[in-house]
Amino acid sequence: MSLMRTLLGAAATVTLGATATLADPAIIFDLGGKFDKSFNESAYTGAERWKEETGGNYLEIELQSDAQREQALRAFAGRGANPVVMAGFSFASALTEVAPDYPDTKFVIIDMVVDAPNVTSVVFNEHEGSYLVGMAAAMESETGTVGFIGGMDIPLISRFACGYAQGAKAANADATVVQNMTGSTPAAWNDPVKGGELTKAQISQGADVVFAAAGGTGIGVLQTAADEGILSIGVDSNQNFMHPGQVLTSMTKRVDNAVYNAFSAGEDVAPGFNVMGLNNDGVGYAVDEFNASVLSADTIAALEEAKAAIIAGDIAVHDFMSDSTCPM
Amino acid sequence: MDYGLIIQILDSTLRLATPLLLACLAGMFSERAGVFDIGLEGKMLAAAFLSAAVAAATGSVWLGLLAGIAASLALALLHGVASITFRGDQLISGVAINFLAAGLTVIVGQAWFSLGGRTPPLSGEGRFSEIEWPLAGIINDIPVAGPIYADIISGHTILVYVALLAVPLSWFVLFRTRYGLRLRAVGENPGAVDTAGISVTRLRYGAVLICGLLCGLAGAYLATGLAAGFVKEMTAGRGFIALAALIFAKWRPWHALGACLLFGFLDASAPFLENKDVLGVTIVPQFIQALPYMLTVFILAGFIGRADPPRAGGAAYVKER
Repeated sequence: MSLMRTLLGAAATVTLGATATLADPAIIFDLGGKFDKSFNESAYTGAERWKEETGGNYLEIELQSDAQREQALRAFAGRGANPVVMAGFSFASALTEVAPDYPDTKFVIIDMVVDAPNVTSVVFNEHEGSYLVGMAAAMESETGTVGFIGGMDIPLISRFACGYAQGAKAANADATVVQNMTGSTPAAWNDPVKGGELTKAQISQGADVVFAAAGGTGIGVLQTAADEGILSIGVDSNQNFMHPGQVLTSMTKRVDNAVYNAFSAGEDVAPGFNVMGLNNDGVGYAVDEFNASVLSADTIAALEEAKAAIIAGDIAVHDFMSDSTCPM
Repeated sequence: MDYGLIIQILDSTLRLATPLLLACLAGMFSERAGVFDIGLEGKMLAAAFLSAAVAAATGSVWLGLLAGIAASLALALLHGVASITFRGDQLISGVAINFLAAGLTVIVGQAWFSLGGRTPPLSGEGRFSEIEWPLAGIINDIPVAGPIYADIISGHTILVYVALLAVPLSWFVLFRTRYGLRLRAVGENPGAVDTAGISVTRLRYGAVLICGLLCGLAGAYLATGLAAGFVKEMTAGRGFIALAALIFAKWRPWHALGACLLFGFLDASAPFLENKDVLGVTIVPQFIQALPYMLTVFILAGFIGRADPPRAGGAAYVKER
């Protein structure tokens, strides 16, 4: 299998070499692959939107193994692609190695910070989006108890949890927020069985809306919530379609916008920090035909009001990652 | 902690213990016959994938179950060929099977469904439904005893009951039949079995295939009974917990039931105990997650009785020339 991977990787590198022209942007998808219905697919959507609107061409590769990260970066930079966008925090160490060798190439890394003069680091204000869906959960809950199920117990997920709890308490000061993390190893991202059991445990504690920020584990959460007749909230991409009428909304992380913006800026993409928050539609909540029956107009109005207040600075959502504590 | 919560935890315990129990019994047959198997995880994963994929493609969970068992049997046979016929290292073969399953499920899944290695969500006939036992609705109203019958005993998928029945069946086969005696003998002293004119190879292949069958049930239960579809790496270490349970149970069927129920209980009660104060001590989630392994280490270290593996385990049998 590893031989197969090497061959595929080599073949991909060759194709990309043959079609490359100067200064096309490039994107590298992470191991999940560009049709993962989540993070990578969102990045792909953004790239496709840019292609459609500008008629431009872009280079792409789906990684088959961890070892290809640096190789792919060097291949694209060497061919003159600019900027080179990579989807996923796992690229940090490879990029730290590669970036100084190609000072004229701009690199854009999503979901991670790499400090180099030619690197743009795109990070998302997940706590702001989580705050809004926390409000939605508390407003649509009948029991006054809402649940949060995180994947692996890392600060990033605590940031989701903390924002969610703040939002729920803001909408209903008496609301109870039940929180569970799936585990403390990477296996916690892909354990739908445990996700389902956690959902049932939260239901028995009175929760009737559950927010899953847990990758593949979340699929089990949404499934069990639908089976048991309670509402759930999806994450990262819009997951409302998975169980129409039973997913309250999704906390969206607009990776597509980040890719689109980087591609549009081209070689002039500004190095440094790029924070995607509510103000530039980097995070948000999903409204579509699948959740129209469950997300009431009153709730949407309240969410829009809170969104405007957060953008204006009237509501300050505490970021867990700033001091590793949550006021809730 | 009120009564309803305890019922809920015990209900969840049974669900979570089932895949462990099936995998644990699977490992027991294999290791009792002298073939160590750390590939339980990989076999479960392959079975979970193929059962969900076939159930999604055909809409029939029973065809899915058969396909899952077939996938697990194929890997079991591979383990047998490598470690029995070619006398390879049993541990290395097991590790290889784990890697093979982890990679193949995602690659085949991506090629088949283009969902990033997942299968489409299963619904209706594509999933095992929960079996409501007779009169569960009425008996539920009886205080105390009612919920035990209606919630804990009734209302599981058929594979849960299959797993529970597999315990007495395994005990009977291993300890009350001639086949079982020979199977155990081949794990303790294959030379003696060979001298009696019985084929060591055949017995070990039989045990490895029984192991494959049970792992197939475990994997199919995960993907089509508990969850509704396959997600990459969805076994999440359950094959290794099952191995820990096997050692904890000292390679005995009834003990295996106890060990798996205990480990299942720890898993089920974790969400209720996390970050709560018990007797002035705050329980951190990591402690509960680590408990099965810690208990197993205690057993191995000889604090709670002795755990002696089958004596001929881990070594390929070489017939004298």
